[in-house]
Amino acid sequence: MRVHEYQARALLEAAGIPVPPSEVLESAELARGAFRRLGAETAVIKAQVHAGGRGKAGYVKLVKSANEAFREATRMFAEPMVSRQTGPEGVRVHKLLMAPAVDIAREFYVGVVVDRARRTPVLMGSAQGGIEIEEVAARDPGAIKKAWFHPHLGLQRFQAAVLTAGLGLAGGRAKLATDILLKLARLFVERDCSLAEINPLVETPTGEIIAIDAKFTFDDNALFRHADVAALFDASEENPAELRAKEFDLSYIALSGNIGCLVNGAGLAMATMDIIKLHGGEPANFLDVGGSVTCEGAIEAFRIILSDPRVKAVLVNIFGGIAKCDVIADALIRAAQEVGFTVPVVVRLEGTNVDIARQMLEKATIPGLKTADNLTDAARQVCAAV
Amino acid sequence: MSILINRNTRVLCQGITGKAGAFHTQQCLDYGTQLVGGCTPGKGGTKSEHGLPVFNTCHEAVAATGADASMIFVPAPAAADAALEAADAGIRLVVLITEGIPTLDMVKARKYLDDQGVKLIGPNCPGVITPGQCKIGIMPGYIHKPPTTATKNVGLISRSGTLTYEAVWQCTQRGYAQTTCVGIGGDPVKGLNFIELLELFQTDAETHAIVLIGEIGGTDEEQAAAFVKQHVTKPVIAFIAGQTAPPGRRMGHAGAIISGGEGTAQSKIAAMRAAGITVTDSPATIGDAVAKVLG
Repeated sequence: MRVHEYQARALLEAAGIPVPPSEVLESAELARGAFRRLGAETAVIKAQVHAGGRGKAGYVKLVKSANEAFREATRMFAEPMVSRQTGPEGVRVHKLLMAPAVDIAREFYVGVVVDRARRTPVLMGSAQGGIEIEEVAARDPGAIKKAWFHPHLGLQRFQAAVLTAGLGLAGGRAKLATDILLKLARLFVERDCSLAEINPLVETPTGEIIAIDAKFTFDDNALFRHADVAALFDASEENPAELRAKEFDLSYIALSGNIGCLVNGAGLAMATMDIIKLHGGEPANFLDVGGSVTCEGAIEAFRIILSDPRVKAVLVNIFGGIAKCDVIADALIRAAQEVGFTVPVVVRLEGTNVDIARQMLEKATIPGLKTADNLTDAARQVCAAV
Repeated sequence: MSILINRNTRVLCQGITGKAGAFHTQQCLDYGTQLVGGCTPGKGGTKSEHGLPVFNTCHEAVAATGADASMIFVPAPAAADAALEAADAGIRLVVLITEGIPTLDMVKARKYLDDQGVKLIGPNCPGVITPGQCKIGIMPGYIHKPPTTATKNVGLISRSGTLTYEAVWQCTQRGYAQTTCVGIGGDPVKGLNFIELLELFQTDAETHAIVLIGEIGGTDEEQAAAFVKQHVTKPVIAFIAGQTAPPGRRMGHAGAIISGGEGTAQSKIAAMRAAGITVTDSPATIGDAVAKVLG
């Protein structure tokens, strides 16, 4: 689960990591007052959306007066932000963050993620702050310093101190930075983060070390033990069809093609998208109905797929293991009655109770429904149907 | 021969009185697995619906049954603790079926199990099966083909569930048997990985070829490719799911995500082909590729 920058700043503050004062705006009318309260000569206004590329899109702006703050805020609320991460329709901005511009001596990147290969969290730091860490990693991997947490002991002070020294900090500033890194590491573990990043962490000319921007994502599997984190969820950032799918325990991701997919199992669902592409088609979605799929869940899956106007055909690919093919056949028959198949549906069933399922489908004679003998045949048929 | 489990493996089910635990215990018994008992705290001293003894703790269960492997269906919030308990009680192989366990729970659990010398499979996996001998997990048994002296056999390692069944079924239909099939699970932090299992299959005399099913996310497949190049002389056939997956999105499995340009199918396929592995473009041609290699 992702959270907004203003929420991430609040988490840092609560953890004792210094962040500059800021104001969160829900309407442009609040911009003038906020600018005056911050009392800085220059302030920065940033759109609070999950999508990246804000700066280039013009949704991170320096302003030098209350009126300019109002003008920029008005524009950001009025026009959807379009960036390389949003698609052409862009995203609506519901909140803005305003903070005083900070004098910067040096900028750093610091962040914590789980290193999958080493199976433990890793603290990363780079003296090239303000730049995406992936960019640094691609260009100059040696510039990234790393410290791996002991899986049971966690990150130790000496490790943070070594990393701080590696960033070129010394004396009192090094101690301030080491404290911040330890607090960030603790926050990562205590809140079950999957990413906790401060970028940039800045050193000011007067020797302060403060966090200017932060990005946090949380382990969805651990939200059950963090009600306060779960409460930060912003439904307006999510695709409505994906949210609806979640309510029915379906794993659905909207894509841009025109062939809908209904599959059991995440790996097989990905493989089904791949085989559609291999045969010249474009998948409209990823959809895993799960191992313990019910008839109701499968019908809802059809509703979600068919409600996408781009979908011109559907491929149902089920390998019945624990999920039985006859349950899927039953769902197909009921979905045809309740939802109605407006586009061709190609069905490929294999595995547990497949013979019963095939008989059921044959008897039901659903218009628009075609059965396939195998996976390749199914992919060919569905690609030919669009 | 086989790896990890065989007809002598004595299996415990943690969570045997839950719906999934009870159902799959029956399925495993039907397959011929020596399932010797189960654990559910608070229900010790009773019998399960299968007539098996239920214990409050793993320690009691191991002492009474001599179990050496455990199959865990405990709900996610308590699942990692169940794995720790199994290891502490002397279980040597823990098969963690549960999906949705917090990653940091697995960071701690894997380290503890490693320190105890206990092998872990999963979490978020279908389990492990040695066809004809022992099934510990939720895979449908009948799709598998046990080896005989006349068959050519594959060993299978996969991050997926149903896609594994797909691959197994393609092999079975073409007459190829399986020595052991291991679903290593779809989570970012897990137990046995490709390399450890490649090593086991390489030394298993009955395994003639190895099928490896990977997917987007992480760099396990790249590391596996490097290992194959160095240490594996048997033919390896692979499929990587997620060639069409968009970056930054979690594709069902917690570990199936391309992040920061890392974990793409293209990178994995390239690394594997460079290591001499046969990578199929289509999930429907895994069996054909096996046939080509084994003849």
